[in-house]
Amino acid sequence: MEIQAQQKSTNYWSLVLIGLFKENAIFRLAISLCPAIAVTTGLKTGTLMGIAVVFVTVMVNVTISAIRAFISPRIRIPIFMLIISGWVTVADLLMAAFARDAYKQMGLYIQLIVAFASILTRAEVFASKSKVVPSFFDGIGSGAGFMFALICISFFRELIGKGSLWGFDIIHARPLLIMLLPAGGFITTGLLMGFFNWIDIRFYGGKGAGGAGGH
Amino acid sequence: MKLFEIFIAAALINNFVFTRFLGLCIFFGVTKKVETAVGMSITFTSVMMVSAALGWLVFNYVMVPLDLTFLKIVIFIGIIASFVQASDTIMRKVSPGLYYKLGVYLALISTNCIMLAVPLINAGDKYGFIESITLGLGSGLGFAMALIIMASIREKLELADVPRPFQGLPIAFVTTGLIALAFLGFSGIITQ
Repeated sequence: MEIQAQQKSTNYWSLVLIGLFKENAIFRLAISLCPAIAVTTGLKTGTLMGIAVVFVTVMVNVTISAIRAFISPRIRIPIFMLIISGWVTVADLLMAAFARDAYKQMGLYIQLIVAFASILTRAEVFASKSKVVPSFFDGIGSGAGFMFALICISFFRELIGKGSLWGFDIIHARPLLIMLLPAGGFITTGLLMGFFNWIDIRFYGGKGAGGAGGH
Repeated sequence: MKLFEIFIAAALINNFVFTRFLGLCIFFGVTKKVETAVGMSITFTSVMMVSAALGWLVFNYVMVPLDLTFLKIVIFIGIIASFVQASDTIMRKVSPGLYYKLGVYLALISTNCIMLAVPLINAGDKYGFIESITLGLGSGLGFAMALIIMASIREKLELADVPRPFQGLPIAFVTTGLIALAFLGFSGIITQ
């Protein structure tokens, strides 16, 4: 009994881990990039965006796996889109109500979570075939992987670009403005992606997946 | 003159890829060959204009009178997905040749962020009908330019000696960053 329980918990844990590292949406699969780079000029906006994505992914996964028996396979994609856009609207309105300043900075990009392929992929591949609890953990895993990538990128961009973290001044020197410009976002992401590829090749003998490059 | 400003601003200064970070997934996905990039950019520019026009009509004649603007994400996604599906079906019937050339890309469009961004920007900035279409055209052409520039660079990059962890996407990201740096120069074109 105890062993079984332990096995179960490791299963959930491994679901989270897969989403976090092995199939990290940004660094490994290179999907859902668009808002990811735009909002990472500060650690705060990056983290908030990550939280919004985790929220949407988890809720979508739970909703879809709860009603999966009633979804006709032929019209599943429109239904998935409807559910995703509904939850994104919820996240958008919540953010507008409780995090006004950050919301103004992010603006459009919260609403664009709708178009994230990573959420639709998890819904299609996992949630529409699994029970509610595993789908919940899968949602946490893939959402957390996204959040982890966002925090990594925004950490370096804010530290080097503004010399501060979460709004607090840390480096008392003239920062490099380029990190805050669009160019800095691309370059930071590229370098981090290369770094994670290097870890994969060097320590795990992987092939250094450059990402499939989908949506 | 206002229209011209909107057009230039959308195409160069606020270029969808290099300044606004939209459509990146497609941008990195299809720019391995120039030929694909050209097909993609034709399809995208036309669909973006139509989605700007449709989005404007629905927003101003349905959503504003009925006070439904808080549902704009759901409604815009619905409009775009159904429009793409419809044009896919119509094209298959009317001109199969064009369908087999562009059809693959059409299917990719339906859940892309730029398709959603155009009507959302129009709604947010309260543009008029002609202005909305101009924004759609301008940003479509800007996107097309970005795709073609990047595809030509990446075709050359295939032959370059890149360190192994950086092969593929990471080096493409760094290259895009450098192009974005060049595009910053356009920000001085229009002075208020």
